[in-house]
Amino acid sequence: MNEGATKLFEITTDELSADEVVGRLADPDIGAVIAFVGVVRGSTDGREVRYLEYEAYPEMAEDVLQQIADEIRERWKTIKEIAIVHRVGRLEIGEISVVIALSAAHRREVFEAVHYAIDRLKEIAPVWKKEVWTDGAEWKSEGWQKEGGEP
Amino acid sequence: MRVKVRLFGAPREALGRCEIEEELPSGSTVQDLMDLLMEDYPALRSHSGMIRMAVNRKYVSLEAQLREGDEVAFIPPVGGG
Repeated sequence: MNEGATKLFEITTDELSADEVVGRLADPDIGAVIAFVGVVRGSTDGREVRYLEYEAYPEMAEDVLQQIADEIRERWKTIKEIAIVHRVGRLEIGEISVVIALSAAHRREVFEAVHYAIDRLKEIAPVWKKEVWTDGAEWKSEGWQKEGGEP
Repeated sequence: MRVKVRLFGAPREALGRCEIEEELPSGSTVQDLMDLLMEDYPALRSHSGMIRMAVNRKYVSLEAQLREGDEVAFIPPVGGG
């Protein structure tokens, strides 16, 4: 496909922008585009977060993001293009950690599909997040969700 | 046979390294590798209950057979997004 050009599924240390990721969807014949933008939160459970440290298994994570896109196309036949980009490294409060962009001819499917994409990313993509507070740090996860099932 | 094991997140920090090489008898499974790792690296033991394993970038079951040169990954509970 567009070898060497923009990647649709990427783990990067670069700063993210929603516009830039939406721009990776090249098809002009679309009726609706949605972008989910994940942003680093300043506090969790009442604790003040100084910054987050994201880590990934980048080669596998990019494959998994592609897999999530394949699952979306299987469920919502009208979805045209999908790009998912996750940032890793040290992220400050308010910085963008992930952008998911989807396009389709009509609006309904993009809402459902983007919801699925972020849930699935949190469930199976090999990406980890360490919260660093003023008085300590912790790797955060909701745990493996489906025992013995997916992925 | 030799396999490479990659570590991430909490278990990587616990061990202080991101890669291990292990020598195993041919025909070994992912479970055999797990058992060997727990023996050789006690720091990994407290993480073992929550770990999923991947071989060559795909999640696998513990019964999966390993081959010479496989890249195995120790995947603690993920937390992206």
